[in-house]
Amino acid sequence: MKSLKASGHQLANVDVQLQSLQSEVADTLQLPLFHQKLQAAGLFPLSIVEPSVFQVNLGKMCNQVCRHCHVDAGPDRKEIMTRETMQACLNALAQTDIQTVDLTGGAPEMNPDFRWFVEEVRKLGRKVMVRCNLTIIVANPKYHDLPEFFRLHEVEVVSSLPFYNADKTDRQRGKGVFEDSVRALRMLNAVGYGQPDSGLLLNLVYNPNGAFLPGSQESLKRQFKRVLQDEFSIQFNDLYAITNVPISRFLDYLISSGNYDGYMEKLVNAFNPVAAAGVMCRNTLSISWDGFIYDCDFNQMLDLKVASPVQHVNNFDLNALNQRSVVINQHCYGCTAGAGSSCGGTTA
Amino acid sequence: MQTYYNPEDLKKFGNISEFQKELADKFFSYYSSVFAEGALTAREKSLIALAVSHTVQCPYCIDAYTSDTLEKGCSEAEMMEAVHVAAAIRGGASLVHGVQMMNKAKELSM
Ligand code: SF4
Ligand code: SF4
Repeated sequence: MKSLKASGHQLANVDVQLQSLQSEVADTLQLPLFHQKLQAAGLFPLSIVEPSVFQVNLGKMCNQVCRHCHVDAGPDRKEIMTRETMQACLNALAQTDIQTVDLTGGAPEMNPDFRWFVEEVRKLGRKVMVRCNLTIIVANPKYHDLPEFFRLHEVEVVSSLPFYNADKTDRQRGKGVFEDSVRALRMLNAVGYGQPDSGLLLNLVYNPNGAFLPGSQESLKRQFKRVLQDEFSIQFNDLYAITNVPISRFLDYLISSGNYDGYMEKLVNAFNPVAAAGVMCRNTLSISWDGFIYDCDFNQMLDLKVASPVQHVNNFDLNALNQRSVVINQHCYGCTAGAGSSCGGTTA
Repeated sequence: MQTYYNPEDLKKFGNISEFQKELADKFFSYYSSVFAEGALTAREKSLIALAVSHTVQCPYCIDAYTSDTLEKGCSEAEMMEAVHVAAAIRGGASLVHGVQMMNKAKELSM
């Protein structure tokens, strides 16, 4: 499977995505636009608080081509962060007290400067989280020691595993992904990840395998814990239930499967003001592979840069950035439905 | 095309209160208590509801509890096994009456 971009798909164009979402909500469904919902909840414009997460997207390159990927990542994507831009991120970070650096991609580990960057962030005394797709660990011998590298730098590992069986996981993430993920999880467990009292956190991310919302995070976690332990002897710490945001390849899936109307209607009708108040963009800075600054990784993929005169790490200025409000659009309904959704799971 | 069942009607379920509010309110409040976490988990209750939906053959309930069991993280195998439980009970309920048939046949026969 190719990325939308490599296959010349019209949804690779972010303007087409934004336009489609706007007309879907306002014209087709005749439902309120996101800013109107925020307004009614007394949350517009969406203000920010002091950032506590510095999320860096190290590039769109990935060893997988998941059907729901909001990054449109894959082996055919070559956009990755250079060491120079990483250095600019480090300089920016050093000007702040932000304690958590969240590394994402693509598969961030495929960036040749990934390990250097982790080491430099650790030298600044900040905590590193990596969004590891698991299969990268077993994809090539040069990645087999990643668990050991993560352990050495006390990196928190956050990994997608959309289901506790092969059938559903592979339908979303590709053939053989579940089996490889299980191997990788065992390797992480072997160096101490997910083990009681090791202090090495291994958190899993669940996202629905189609056009429906995630159920109770607690109940899903119980189910995952039971099956992964009983059937695969795998341990993990927490499970984050994440809602699929209707952009990029998931948007393509919704449209081509005839689920677009139903899904958007579900999202809008499940708008929860408490979840809206807790959205992650309020305390996150998200940096793209080419150094631009966004409110979140979704906005990054839609090229909706921060509403600030400072839009690039090269001229980073936290005081100026702290004056902004969040740039929102119709995809934001994905973060505010039901119990809410963020990179750390539910928000309400 | 006109049909007796319209998927859009499921969303209007709450409108039954238009004609009789008090009983509808009582029903919906009872309904949400029934499906809350209890001695059975909400997940288990959802699978039971899916099975019962097939027994009463209500297309609204089948749609609703297919979505609900998916949301609650049930596997497709679990969902189909729940339907088989419904089918087994229905089939068994027919077949067990075969004993009555046999009794009567024996009573009437030499
Ligand atoms: S969802 Fe993650 S693992 Fe899958 S293609 Fe996208 S970036 Fe890669
Ligand atoms: S999509 Fe981004 S900007 Fe919109 S609510 Fe979610 S986190 Fe905030």
